[in-house]
Amino acid sequence: MSTVALPRAEPVSPTGPGKRRWSPWQTWGALLLAPYVIIFAVFVLYPVTYGLWLARHPESYTQLFDDPVFGGAVVNTLIFIVVAINLKMLAALFLSGFFVTARTWIKWLSVLFILPWAVPSIPTILSIRFMLNPEWGVINQLIFRLTGEDGPNWLNDRWLALSMAMLVHVWKSLPFWTMILIAGRLAIPNELYEASSVDGATAWQKFRFVTWPSVATLYLTSTILSMIWTLGDFNSVYLLTGGGPADLTHILATLGIRYLRLDQVDLAMATIVCALPIVLPLVYFMMKRLSR
Amino acid sequence: MKRALTEARLLLIGIPVAIWTLLPIYHLFLFSISTKDEAFSGRLWPEHPTLRNFSIVFHQEHYFLNHFWEQLWNSLVIAVAVGFLTLFIAASAAFAISRLKTRGGRTILNFALFTYFIPAAFLAVPMYKAMGTYGLLNHQSALILAMVTIAAPYAIWVLKQASDKLPYELDEAAKIDGASPLQLFRLVYLPLMAPSLVAVGTYALLLAWNEYLYAFLLLSKDTNITLPVALGHFLSADDSPWELLMTTGLIYALPPAAIYYTFKRYMVSGLTSGAVKS
Repeated sequence: MSTVALPRAEPVSPTGPGKRRWSPWQTWGALLLAPYVIIFAVFVLYPVTYGLWLARHPESYTQLFDDPVFGGAVVNTLIFIVVAINLKMLAALFLSGFFVTARTWIKWLSVLFILPWAVPSIPTILSIRFMLNPEWGVINQLIFRLTGEDGPNWLNDRWLALSMAMLVHVWKSLPFWTMILIAGRLAIPNELYEASSVDGATAWQKFRFVTWPSVATLYLTSTILSMIWTLGDFNSVYLLTGGGPADLTHILATLGIRYLRLDQVDLAMATIVCALPIVLPLVYFMMKRLSR
Repeated sequence: MKRALTEARLLLIGIPVAIWTLLPIYHLFLFSISTKDEAFSGRLWPEHPTLRNFSIVFHQEHYFLNHFWEQLWNSLVIAVAVGFLTLFIAASAAFAISRLKTRGGRTILNFALFTYFIPAAFLAVPMYKAMGTYGLLNHQSALILAMVTIAAPYAIWVLKQASDKLPYELDEAAKIDGASPLQLFRLVYLPLMAPSLVAVGTYALLLAWNEYLYAFLLLSKDTNITLPVALGHFLSADDSPWELLMTTGLIYALPPAAIYYTFKRYMVSGLTSGAVKS
């Protein structure tokens, strides 16, 4: 187990790189690491430290908590990560089972299925935005033609608009997580399924006793990772609702950027600091998992 | 009978999945071949499909599109620059950490992982502030550097995973033959890592091409913004020419889709293997 580099941790092998204390190999290693270290120091370490320093005033937080938009954004963010992510991951788990079925047409469908993830967000989200237009959008026109009644004003109601933003998020990132879970399912040896068939297992039992135990860790890791990233999902909300109506559909990511645009950097940083109690434990968990 | 039932059940899943996936993209395409009136009519296929929108976009014949070609070029230059810079930085770092076992490499990998986990929209605020301090706001280099910062951690992680799998005997053999670290890097390491390098380079390129938030924060002049920022500008108008917006959007969405499908086999194995190690 090699952990963080200790001077004596390298076992002395006759030709190993750790033979001398500062060989040309170590010099080259340091040189090759330098570009990333510089990028990290200049564009992550310094900005984050400086940002946290800007967020040190207690007044920023009083001001933030007094802003009614903030409370709503916290609630929206929590709904987003609890409801949207779990829905998405369950759908991905289900669809990964569908896509590993051996059929030619399913193979072709899986090629198309990737599209939402492969194309940039802005054109497709704007396309969805127009589909939801109450007067001219294709959805409401279809509702009118079928029922003779006006459809809802999709983006003008807080909960409806937030649900739509969550659907956009699911639409966009479902293919990626399905792909990950397909990879997980394909790693399960087929003999396990054959053996369980011989034993007369039902489809549910096969899932419960063969598939699930093999993909459970992957599923959990994916869910956590998706939660962290979704906290920063600016596009789904901003491009669909712009935070409206009346700033009711903001999530912490869009709210932070809104303050930034209003030139209130202290408040923007304070918003982000308020998200850290959710982000840091999840990040800690992921770091523990990945950096062994 | 039982077989027919299985097929029916598969279709019952497959058809809704296909509609769900394709509807917004089809809608985008539909607008691009419709006149404004037909686009707003809610029809599922225009009575008179037209390529007029594309001609307007290509000839920059609308107020919003005055700099279309320039903005497309900006997007391209920035994406390619991010792709190559990320490749260079990540490949050297992964080589130093995984093959040379440079001291402190593990710590730096952890820093990179940590950066990878910070949601990009959160990093945007301090990054914007810092770019202001560095005097880089409104320079395309700001966007390039920001995107490299975001793409590099994952790139390093994927390349490090892949290079750990290369047999160490290769390095030993090269050393016995008297190879310098740089020769080992260029002549042994890079060629063997080619598939992962393609995956990582494509990943960084697409990330930069698709980026909206950082582009719109860091750039604002009509002549130096990228295409997504220009698309965002359409939104601020009262009577947005939606059919032109969608046409431009479709043109903008095609290259990444094409690149993705071209490099699909590298992307899928390269990225899924690194993304979640269970």
